[in-house]
Amino acid sequence: MSVDRLPRDLHPVAWWVWALGLAVAASFTTNPLILLMLVGVAATTVSLRRSDQPWGRSFRLYVWLGVVIIGVRLAFWVVFGGWTGGRVLLDLPEVPLPDWVAGITLLGPLYAEALLFALYDGLRLATIVMCVGAANSVANPKRLLRSVPPALYEIGTALVVAVTVLPQFADSARRVRAAQALRAGETGRVRRLRRFLVPVLEDALERSLALAAGMDTRCYGRTSGVSRAQRRTTGGLMLLGLGGICVGTYAVLDTTAPRMLALPMLGLGVAAALAGMLSAGRRVERSRYRPDPWRWPELAVVGSGVLVTALGWWVNAHQPTVAYPALDAFPPVSGAALLMAVVGLLGPLCSPPTRLAAPSAEAAVA
Amino acid sequence: MIELRGIRFRYDDAVSAPPILAGVDLAIDEGELVLVSGPTGVGKSTLLGVVTGLVPRFSGGTLDGDLLLDGASIVHAPPRERAHAIGYVGQNPAAGFVTDTVEEELAYGMEQLGLPADTMRRRVEETLDLLGIADLRARDLRTLSGGQQQRVAIGSVLTMHPRLLVLDEPTSALDPTAAEEVLATLTRLVHDLGVSVLLAEHRLERVVPFADRMCLLTGDGRMHVGEPGELLVDSPVVPPIVELGRAAGWDPLPLSVRDARRHARGLAERLRPPPAADPAGESAGESAVDVRGLSVVHGRTVALRDVDLTLGAGRVTALMGRNGAGKSSLIWALQGSGRRSGGRVSVGGVDPKELDAAGRRSLVGLVPQNAADLLYLETVGEECAAADGGTGAGRALLGRLVPGIPDDQHPRDLSEGQRLALTLALVLATRPRVLLLDEPTRGLDYAAKHVLAGILRGLADDGHAVLVATHDVEFVAQAADDVVVLADGDVVSSGPVRRVVAESPSFAPQVTKVLGPPWLRVDEVARQLAELGAS
Repeated sequence: MSVDRLPRDLHPVAWWVWALGLAVAASFTTNPLILLMLVGVAATTVSLRRSDQPWGRSFRLYVWLGVVIIGVRLAFWVVFGGWTGGRVLLDLPEVPLPDWVAGITLLGPLYAEALLFALYDGLRLATIVMCVGAANSVANPKRLLRSVPPALYEIGTALVVAVTVLPQFADSARRVRAAQALRAGETGRVRRLRRFLVPVLEDALERSLALAAGMDTRCYGRTSGVSRAQRRTTGGLMLLGLGGICVGTYAVLDTTAPRMLALPMLGLGVAAALAGMLSAGRRVERSRYRPDPWRWPELAVVGSGVLVTALGWWVNAHQPTVAYPALDAFPPVSGAALLMAVVGLLGPLCSPPTRLAAPSAEAAVA
Repeated sequence: MIELRGIRFRYDDAVSAPPILAGVDLAIDEGELVLVSGPTGVGKSTLLGVVTGLVPRFSGGTLDGDLLLDGASIVHAPPRERAHAIGYVGQNPAAGFVTDTVEEELAYGMEQLGLPADTMRRRVEETLDLLGIADLRARDLRTLSGGQQQRVAIGSVLTMHPRLLVLDEPTSALDPTAAEEVLATLTRLVHDLGVSVLLAEHRLERVVPFADRMCLLTGDGRMHVGEPGELLVDSPVVPPIVELGRAAGWDPLPLSVRDARRHARGLAERLRPPPAADPAGESAGESAVDVRGLSVVHGRTVALRDVDLTLGAGRVTALMGRNGAGKSSLIWALQGSGRRSGGRVSVGGVDPKELDAAGRRSLVGLVPQNAADLLYLETVGEECAAADGGTGAGRALLGRLVPGIPDDQHPRDLSEGQRLALTLALVLATRPRVLLLDEPTRGLDYAAKHVLAGILRGLADDGHAVLVATHDVEFVAQAADDVVVLADGDVVSSGPVRRVVAESPSFAPQVTKVLGPPWLRVDEVARQLAELGAS
């Protein structure tokens, strides 16, 4: 086995690009067979490559979310209808509605095509959700945030803290609710809310102070020796970049604006912003502990994601009957669609196995 | 190395009150373990904060005086500019964690300092070994036990190679074994690496044997510095072993169980066995709570497995066991609102699980681990009135538990002990016959624990059944009649304190360790010694 494929965590960016590639491909089609193949690819990858950390178990949650999405979609079509023509499965009585909601019907005849359409459409959304869920459970989202370029480090940190605080908030809410049941007190609606909110907010405030103190005593935000001139250059470049991008985007969208302002301005803005970020990144004295390497398995995973998207787009453009199958026949499958699943799975198969957090018994013996 | 010169500190809104610190001088040398002690609220944490820079930056207030690091003044430097030399681990290490795995947490400080990658890697590996946490390296920080979290927090500042380590109550939330692990780690750092340690701790019995010097804050802003043996002679806060030494007139005072044993040779023979040795039948009193076959399962972890338990009316039962042994699960299941997978709980013939919140309150009172969760109003008086519906019973109860708390004080401004008494009064306002307390001794000093022990004894004498979950063996010796020890969801031993303590030496208080099994408390020995002296 080559060094690149020894057990390690694949670069989180690679996983997210792959998963988003699958999700985009799913958005190009309503063919249930293709969608189910994509779900299968995601599920297989998760079962092969997820870690044994808490976030590794989150895929099941996304699967349930997908099921709920399909259920809601179906229920909407049953209740509100809005489809005419086709085979009637069940003739439900129509509920009369007042005139001011004209155009909406409640219940009424239930068509098989309507249900199939809802099912396909729901499945598409569910597949997209499950692809994101797969990325979430094979790559810790926080590690993804930590791979942002150094100039955006502060924003990355703020996002990481926000992501961490949410479960803690839920935790303290549960604790306070249990604790407040232990004492008598006001039971009115507003006062009860206060009983609950005051301790939770106090707790949140104390936690954030403790976290701030913890970060401060561990050197977060140490100022490096940056001169005023350097700071000005960075700020100026960033402002110029922002202005350029704004004007450029406006000009691109508004066809009456002079063409000189469109693409050239946009390009100039992007260049200035990039230069600003480089200049900001250069003055950062921070270093990375064991940065995730970027080797050929990462490329393979990214490549498979991009290829799946490309195939999805090709099927959508050149085989519309496969991408959007007719509702009165069994959905067809083409070679390109099958290739999509194979390519989608090949990338993850190239990835190295995950490093486990708990040392296994096998490792202890060896 | 570090020198404090004439440190004065006061909060801005308390100008009339005496300053927290008034003219404190201290010099800490290389490789020294300095212990800061004193009753609650005298400014131990404030002193540590001054050294780390968190005071006055995070607390407000006015600081005068100078702080020197190798002769250079750093009193105006923010914590982040001191962190390479002064590492700080707070009271609740989990709240200060920034990342989510052990390895990343250890590296965080070094990343901020911008150290090269190979240096970081080497230091992380060294630190993992030094603290004995190498097998936890990829674990999620939230899944660690309290002792492990504490060691990771120490490791995360050690990787920056600080010369002084400042710790605020490092063992207060830990069970006896985990506390010993952490203290052993600290002594290893002091001996092998020459790191200086400045730590504040309430439970002196755990740390005094390791301390080179002691700082005693007296409450008027002054601080005495000296050898532990000298300072403890007339300190207001002393471990039981020193109390025993004072009672027996030993000189010099023993600081470790080993010293005390040497002094105590022959003492145990001269004393008659303690009169209070429980007759075995006493525990078979009227039972207030009956638990049969109780099981609690969280996901796939079994918190309690088929537990049988009886709490006697008029008795204080201590619930012990390491962190995560199922103590909290048992307490919440007894109260009725906690999860229960099987079994029966009967409080005077009624199962609290079948009642609504108000019904449960009148049957079983519970003081949770974080007592502040119960409080939400602006003054003590309002809290009491809300709890008893304006009858004044709550306020009267509080007055009986801890006299002298003014009505208009904000609950957040109370000391730990007073706040605990307030929550106790709120819970007792509905007159439950059974009282459950989850870790009430956290952050209490000896005096406050003594008061709490008195309160619990008083409630038991009124016929209440009291169950206290705690790690504090000295408190158990003082307050409890019976002990139940939980391990891995099972009851591994239960019975009267004297018997259980004789059976499991790790739960033995210091007096038992020195004088042998039947002895439990200093006051028993002192009484006998006084009789001997009189005769």
